Amino acid sequence: MALAARSYPGPLANRHAELSLKLAGAGVGWLDTLRADSAARYRATGLPTPKVEAWRYTNLKDLVGIDFASAPVVGDMALDSLPRASLLAVNGHVLAFVNGRLRPDLSTLDTLPAGVTLLPLSEAIHSDEQALSAHLGRLVEAEENPFVDLNTALMEDGVVLRLADGAVLDKPLHIISVGAVADTPLAFFPRLLAVLGRDARATIFESHAGIGEGAYLSAMASEIVLGAGAHLEHYKLQNESQSAFHVANTRVTVEAGAVYDNFVLQIGSRLSRNEVHTALIGEGASCRLNGAYLGAGKQHLDSTTFIDHAVPVCASREVYKGVLDDQAHGVFQGKILVRRDAQQTDGHQLNRALLLSRQAEVNAKPELEIYADDVKCSHGATVGELADDQLFYLQARGIDRETARGLLIEAYVQEALDEIGNAEARLPFQRLVGGWLKSRKG
Amino acid sequence: MVGTAETLEQVQAVQDQKYKYGFITDIEMERAPRGLSEDTVRFISAKKGEPEWMLEWRLKAYRHWLTMEEPDWAKLGYPAIDYQDSYYYAAPKSKDDRPLSLDEVDPELIKTYEKLGIPLQEQKWLAGVAVDAVFDSVSVATTYKKKLEEKGIIFCSISEALRDHGDMVREYIGSVVPYSDNFFATLNSAVFTDGSFVYIPKGVRCPMELSTYFRINASETGQFERTLIIADEGSYVSYLEGCTAPQRDENQLHAAVVELVTLDDAEIKYSTVQNWYPGDENGKGGIYNFVTKRGACRGRNSKIAWTQVETGSAITWKYPSCILQGDNSVGEFYSVAITNNMQQADTGTKMIHIGKNTRSTIISKGISAGRANNTYRGLVKIMPKAENARNYTQCDSLLIGSKCGAHTVPYIEQRNPTAKIEHEATTAKISEDQLFYCKQRGLSEEDAVSIIVNGFCKEVMKELPMEFAVEAQKLIGISLEGSVG
Repeated sequence: MALAARSYPGPLANRHAELSLKLAGAGVGWLDTLRADSAARYRATGLPTPKVEAWRYTNLKDLVGIDFASAPVVGDMALDSLPRASLLAVNGHVLAFVNGRLRPDLSTLDTLPAGVTLLPLSEAIHSDEQALSAHLGRLVEAEENPFVDLNTALMEDGVVLRLADGAVLDKPLHIISVGAVADTPLAFFPRLLAVLGRDARATIFESHAGIGEGAYLSAMASEIVLGAGAHLEHYKLQNESQSAFHVANTRVTVEAGAVYDNFVLQIGSRLSRNEVHTALIGEGASCRLNGAYLGAGKQHLDSTTFIDHAVPVCASREVYKGVLDDQAHGVFQGKILVRRDAQQTDGHQLNRALLLSRQAEVNAKPELEIYADDVKCSHGATVGELADDQLFYLQARGIDRETARGLLIEAYVQEALDEIGNAEARLPFQRLVGGWLKSRKG
Repeated sequence: MVGTAETLEQVQAVQDQKYKYGFITDIEMERAPRGLSEDTVRFISAKKGEPEWMLEWRLKAYRHWLTMEEPDWAKLGYPAIDYQDSYYYAAPKSKDDRPLSLDEVDPELIKTYEKLGIPLQEQKWLAGVAVDAVFDSVSVATTYKKKLEEKGIIFCSISEALRDHGDMVREYIGSVVPYSDNFFATLNSAVFTDGSFVYIPKGVRCPMELSTYFRINASETGQFERTLIIADEGSYVSYLEGCTAPQRDENQLHAAVVELVTLDDAEIKYSTVQNWYPGDENGKGGIYNFVTKRGACRGRNSKIAWTQVETGSAITWKYPSCILQGDNSVGEFYSVAITNNMQQADTGTKMIHIGKNTRSTIISKGISAGRANNTYRGLVKIMPKAENARNYTQCDSLLIGSKCGAHTVPYIEQRNPTAKIEHEATTAKISEDQLFYCKQRGLSEEDAVSIIVNGFCKEVMKELPMEFAVEAQKLIGISLEGSVG
């Protein structure tokens, strides 16, 4: 009898040698090495099966069954405008990517304030090489994550945002990634590198959406470095096509007194996994990892977070809420690690899920790993359906059952949106949540 | 053709082996040969005079075990176990091997017994001193046995049960924990040596707490125990396992299996105090305890409650579980796990809700001191047909000192929208205020810690039967000795 297999052969694993020659920056020594090392690791590890503890609730068998082509080898998509309705409606600097490649015609880069560098990755490789080589791949090298390795091996384009000490990004940066379905299932690997100096401030929005029906894989990797006292608001919408795969990995380090405020709304894709790992490495650092996922049809939406309290007196707060209809599957995995010396840690996590249908399913694994004694840590989780007494209360006031349900679900999701630190940023998310709820009623 | 030749060779080799060690092994031998093979399994089965089907079942388990991997998902670290470097069967020790009096026993052990207030005769029994079996508990046991027989209750060793109630054992053994269940349970299925069998007939309420303590022939608590308890319709039994006093055991590896079955309206309350040798303060020695405990609430309105106080063993890997099949059935899990020095515990429960209106409650208190690591790992699974199922889980961890670890890993799997699951976990430490308050009133630091920890565990301790509760409270204090100051 065969022993339990712990890995699938990874898509594109054997294509790196041929593909890498055409990638942006091919021939730049340190980048070639970084890509080749990642490719070798990816080839060796493959993609995890549910036998691997961290992937027990998300099975990639549908993903590995598809013969993806790396996007750059296919000709550019003719696409005249962005699918505005599927994106966050925010004003600011826009960098738009179609199938992982920058589209200058769809982007708007206004004059940047002093101390701010904002470049597409494909350009930064040449014009900002020194800074890039100092940071790219640094946050992810310590761990083995096949999707990050795949991204590093084949990344073609992305965003590099650097803020000098005290610099402030005047307007939000909106990163738009559109998957445009082609004849062949495409895979693309956007990359984000954000380095904020001491006391720098910025807001980043991300919108991920798709055009057309068909499979594609968007596997983004982000590295974010926050200097002491820096403040980053990072809000993301995952609204990919219904047949798409979305796997995103974000790694953040937060220095003393800095704040990382993160929110992720997942409503799109056939299968998604959004992983955010935050390391609080300076005293007084804090992070807020919040999110909501709304699933219907046969969607599988996975939110996985990891907070590493590495030093004393740091705070983390986490609220994730999910609503699942039809045969949708939701997964929440949230781990808080408090290291030996991280005394006076304050860590709180709450995850709640609402099931609207008999076939919907949710799996949750909140986790505390604590090695310091003077800490306040807690997590809470609840799963269930809408409370009958609340429905009754509204119906007793003359509201029909369907409307009452809608109101209660909306209020339930609103609680998660309220966790977004920047109140203005809640509005574009509210609009999308409202749209999702409306589509449920029809 | 090459393949055929190889096959023939292999068959021949197997045949030769059988001839060499096979069925003609000397039954009078005291020990099975070192290591694990089909012959070891046959030896054990023959020694016990088991029926043919039992041997077949053991062999099936053994063959399956060979295909399995030792699990590595628990938060435990220990050197690799060499399963071939151990004896799987030894006849009960003769008196000559045992200490002749308490003077020959480790004085530390005696000190602990005294603190627990254990009578001298029982101290000898626990320490394995060769005594003629005439002290109090024996006569008590005889009286008990008579009472049980009157009610039609069967309470005996599993070997006796195989002899006298074979059909019943055959029907139920492996029905809750199949032979292929997990690495350690499968190993147990192949080589289990003894354990208890309990059957409570329809409508009978067992008049006393049943305890291995009173089962005379249980003095050799086995390395691979197998316990099977069946509560027939409308019956009730409370079963106590282990005892508060530290027990000596030569075997480092323990892999027990406990199976419980409740039919309609029946209830089993299973309480454990586990205090095997935890190793010294540097983590040398100590028992590895890999236990599979599972109860099936087969009948409507049935109930299984697990209560455990885990203070011993170097490694604890244990997840007493309830399969809530019958409609309206109830599962409960109350646990106190204390780890000190270098101990590691990864323990929790699984509540599998299958039937309608099934309810489960999980209360877990983990206390970690010294350089120990204590993990709660629990699964709550709601199957699609479990209408209106309810679960409430509360996991609290207490850390004493800055070198230990306390971890919580709940798994929640929800597949029915009408079910409700609530989970809460907190982590805290003994506050300076609490300590100061107690010390100011003249309590020593150690007594203060003991009182505070007992308060922390109160929700679980009150679930223990009276016989256990008092001693268990003292035990908590003793387990944490040296953890402060």
